[in-house]
Amino acid sequence: MNLEFSYFVPVLADAVNLESSFSSLQFVGIILGVLGLFFFVGTAVGMIRFPDFYSRMHAAGKGDTLSTMLMLAGFGLVTMEDLSVGSWLLFFKIMGVVLFLFITCPTSSHALMRAAFEDDEMPMTEKDLKKPKTRKK
Amino acid sequence: MTEYFAIFMGVALFILMIPVIYRIWVGPTPFDRMLAVNVIGTKTAVLLVIIGTLFDRVDMFVDFAIAYALLNFVSAIVVSRYLNRTIPLDQMEKNERAAKN
Repeated sequence: MNLEFSYFVPVLADAVNLESSFSSLQFVGIILGVLGLFFFVGTAVGMIRFPDFYSRMHAAGKGDTLSTMLMLAGFGLVTMEDLSVGSWLLFFKIMGVVLFLFITCPTSSHALMRAAFEDDEMPMTEKDLKKPKTRKK
Repeated sequence: MTEYFAIFMGVALFILMIPVIYRIWVGPTPFDRMLAVNVIGTKTAVLLVIIGTLFDRVDMFVDFAIAYALLNFVSAIVVSRYLNRTIPLDQMEKNERAAKN
């Protein structure tokens, strides 16, 4: 796979031995991506199995943020095929997306949770467990 | 190698979005639905980067991912503000006018 934009930017790192750094970076990227997928499995299972809104928020807020950050960082490493300036710029751009999501995902989770709490959505208590299981329509 | 990994990750993300879509469909409260929409929107930013990897144009698709993440954040904040308003709007304006006078 040849990167087309590497013809247009000056390549500074020609002297670096490409083969060794190339495959190890991609290996780390693939490990990060699979780890992110594992956390997203946790989010998906928690979203369907947990009983009330706040525990679902717990599963979604944390697992979503961490899995997105891990997957994006993994793809940033996988797409870095050589150590030229264009690859570094692309990597830092993807890390900018990661930083943005690191700030905004917990913020939106917090805003939704505060809205739910002020709208009198109460957490599940022991009393609710003793009730017979009839789904409200 | 890179393409196979990208295709595997994209297919796995699509399959794992199905339980989240289930939560949008049956969610008891509107907050559940908004939370699931937020999760799917965050994952769509990752999917855009994967599509960019498949097309060898990651530098262009990363900009789309940034824009999509920003829109997703703004929509989550706006909907939570809208649902947070427990009294009607004209009542709130009346209260503000009374507080000024």
